[in-house]
Amino acid sequence: MRSALGGGLGLQLELHFSAMQKTMDPYDAPESTPRQHPSCSLKEYFLAATPLQRRLESVRKQATSFVPTPPRRRIPQRSQLQEDVDPQKVAFLLHKQWTLYSLTPLYKFSYTNLKEYSRLLSAFITAEKQKGLAVEVGEDCNIKVVFSTLLGVKGTQSDPEAVLVQILSKPQLPSEDREAKALWTGWFCCVFGDGLLETVSEDFTCLPLFLANGAESNTAIIGTWFQKTFDCYFSPLAINAFNLSWMAAMWTACKMDRYVAATEFLWSVPCSPQSLDISYAIHPEDAKALWDSVHRTPGEVTQEEVDLFMDCLSSHFYRHFRIHLSATRLVRVSTSVASAHTDGKIKIICHKYLIGVLAYLTELAIFQIE
Amino acid sequence: MLVLRPLDKLPGLNTATLLLVGTDDALLQQRADSRLKMDCASELRVHLARSLPLPSNVNRPLVDLLVFVINLHSKYSLQSVEKSLYHVDASFFLGKACFLAAGAGRESHCSVHRNTIMRLAHTYRSPVLFCDLEVEGFRATMAQRLVRMLQICAGHMPSVSA
Repeated sequence: MRSALGGGLGLQLELHFSAMQKTMDPYDAPESTPRQHPSCSLKEYFLAATPLQRRLESVRKQATSFVPTPPRRRIPQRSQLQEDVDPQKVAFLLHKQWTLYSLTPLYKFSYTNLKEYSRLLSAFITAEKQKGLAVEVGEDCNIKVVFSTLLGVKGTQSDPEAVLVQILSKPQLPSEDREAKALWTGWFCCVFGDGLLETVSEDFTCLPLFLANGAESNTAIIGTWFQKTFDCYFSPLAINAFNLSWMAAMWTACKMDRYVAATEFLWSVPCSPQSLDISYAIHPEDAKALWDSVHRTPGEVTQEEVDLFMDCLSSHFYRHFRIHLSATRLVRVSTSVASAHTDGKIKIICHKYLIGVLAYLTELAIFQIE
Repeated sequence: MLVLRPLDKLPGLNTATLLLVGTDDALLQQRADSRLKMDCASELRVHLARSLPLPSNVNRPLVDLLVFVINLHSKYSLQSVEKSLYHVDASFFLGKACFLAAGAGRESHCSVHRNTIMRLAHTYRSPVLFCDLEVEGFRATMAQRLVRMLQICAGHMPSVSA
């Protein structure tokens, strides 16, 4: 569904530049994946090691001099839910605030050893928690970690299966009948991660997007365990204003039967005593009508359309309040499909577009790790 | 005169003038200060402007180098720089103008994509410098580069011209 050459061309150009910088700077990440060894010369990159760079090379051959790329084209994520995903099973993923991280490929992660990993991780967490507390041996002992796969949360057949990790609290007394409560949930997924999958070797599993919900301390402990066991690296995924405006446009473009929430934007004004926040809410049908008047090519979203959409909103605001929204920073976007915050927090509301939202986030995660 | 022309005034003796066009006053002030700290063989003058056209009643010297400062964190600065570009004579772009994209260090705060600036610079055939003005080291480096360019534009460098 995604166009091969046109789609994400701007993205590929950036990857090229950041890849160049990586070879020149001293490599400071603690764990390094073999595909990025520091001794890799600049020439190797120009010989188009990855398909992304191959596409870039072909574009450069077309242009005689360096011409900056045409506006990015991206297909709006109107994909239907995969047949094998049960909406009930993924219902617990919706309406929850997830913190985003990007994750480098996992070394020697196997889907058959999930029980083993659960055991090891439980032991690790228990040990970590007991390290901090001197005497108290409370209910933290009675935790259970469960690894499972989330079937169907992926874009293409070649994407690896999503993995779900949950910390459940075991019921205290055996006579208690209550269900294990999930203290912390985290899941790894890869949706349309073709660019990354092609570049890594067989031993690696690519699950670049990690979403976590729960206590920050648990996230840190689990992150440490994964980093030690699979030689990967977590880093928080921040979403900048540019990407937030793309999300706003793409999610407004989604066809919805029923709008559950207004389309809301939050802008942060940088001023010296303390920063002000401007919240701008629009009726979702009005936002859709505005988008439809801006949108031209069906099935594709271009940079100009996104810019025009946001400019319309800002000029409307300026007409009423005489404040240039373009001088402020977009911090939060909230629509009926999903809501995203610049600190890397996301909440998905509509299950129909789950895959679409995850696809864009996977792209951001891949861009960050490259 | 509404349009800024490169050779409409006589050059001063041993002086070089830099005109910074951009919106963020505090930022530009900081930059101007850091520039003046630098050692420069010739006398260096830095003028700041929010946007062009400049008011015509002010007596100002010949501008040797025109730097358009675009704050990557704000689309508004890009829009105002684009509007200012209309008031510049085309012969400035033969080496006497350049674009400075500030705030490139904090990727998470960027509202303007790097490619937009690069496309703009390519259209106007002028160099673009990306920098992060918040970090002292980068500021000093950027000041050095600009002083160098300014000296070339003012003709103070022997055998090198803009």
